[in-house]
Amino acid sequence: MNQILSIRVVGFFTVAGGCALRNIAWVTRAVEELNRRMLRARDAIDRAYSQPLDIANLAAVASVSEAHFIRTFKATFGETPHRYLQRRRVERAMFMLRETEKSVTDICLDSGFTSLGTFSRTFHDIIGMSPTDYRSRQEVIALPTCFVMQWTRPSSFGEAKRAVRT
Amino acid sequence: MYTRINLSSIFVLDLDKAIDFYVNTLGLELTSDMDLGFMRWVTVGVPGQPGRDVLLELPGPPGMDEKSGEQVRDLVTKGATGFALGLVTDNAAKTYATLKARGVEFTSELQTHFYGTDFGLRDPFGNNMRITELATSDNGLPKSAEGIKR
Repeated sequence: MNQILSIRVVGFFTVAGGCALRNIAWVTRAVEELNRRMLRARDAIDRAYSQPLDIANLAAVASVSEAHFIRTFKATFGETPHRYLQRRRVERAMFMLRETEKSVTDICLDSGFTSLGTFSRTFHDIIGMSPTDYRSRQEVIALPTCFVMQWTRPSSFGEAKRAVRT
Repeated sequence: MYTRINLSSIFVLDLDKAIDFYVNTLGLELTSDMDLGFMRWVTVGVPGQPGRDVLLELPGPPGMDEKSGEQVRDLVTKGATGFALGLVTDNAAKTYATLKARGVEFTSELQTHFYGTDFGLRDPFGNNMRITELATSDNGLPKSAEGIKR
């Protein structure tokens, strides 16, 4: 199963990488070109959060070396790709806890975490409470998805309590 | 008081590339392309829906100093300028397939929600837009017109 997923991910990234190279020529200023590449990788995280993403794949989407990728991503968006991915996964988990009847274990796997321990710890680090406690406090938020994704995303590790509606 | 919205603007980094994307790829109509001397006035709109145009606007001099222009370009390419455009389609799946065949960069795949079926994409510069087939209620109005549930 994991192998099948990995092949799908690699296929997706190869296609995305090809598009990236074709579209880059017109961007004349280096920083804008690099921004655009990093945004392409960030969009890939937002889309493929449930799959096993690694730095090699994401660097390929951005058409930069692995060594440059983490540093440049952080300089562009203010956090590492790993942390951005964890926040995306937790945001999706929050959504599923609020709006579905799925079990916490299923939500853990569907949001891209591979172990319940990591899921619970990461969720607690960011949100300040367990997934089950979070679920018991929520109301449905009915807004177009892109806004839910942007505005309900936990702000950060540590400061995150501010983002939780009580 | 007001009767409708007739014009809004999206910052783009290159007008020819922008026209190519918004017209040839996205399928909008070029509603004006005029050289005003101090600027090139370029607008696009939904074909057959006159009176609601989107201005494709270049950041930079003379309307904006060079440094501010660079800051705007920086934000656009980072995807930090917010939501640029929402379009309604009568067939989201078909539109998605058409745009996919044209090599569009999607931010989210086709998904069904309470308000309808939609997907997200970026223009070549980093602007974020969403295309939606609205779900309708029993009264025939879009479900999104019912407001936000609290």
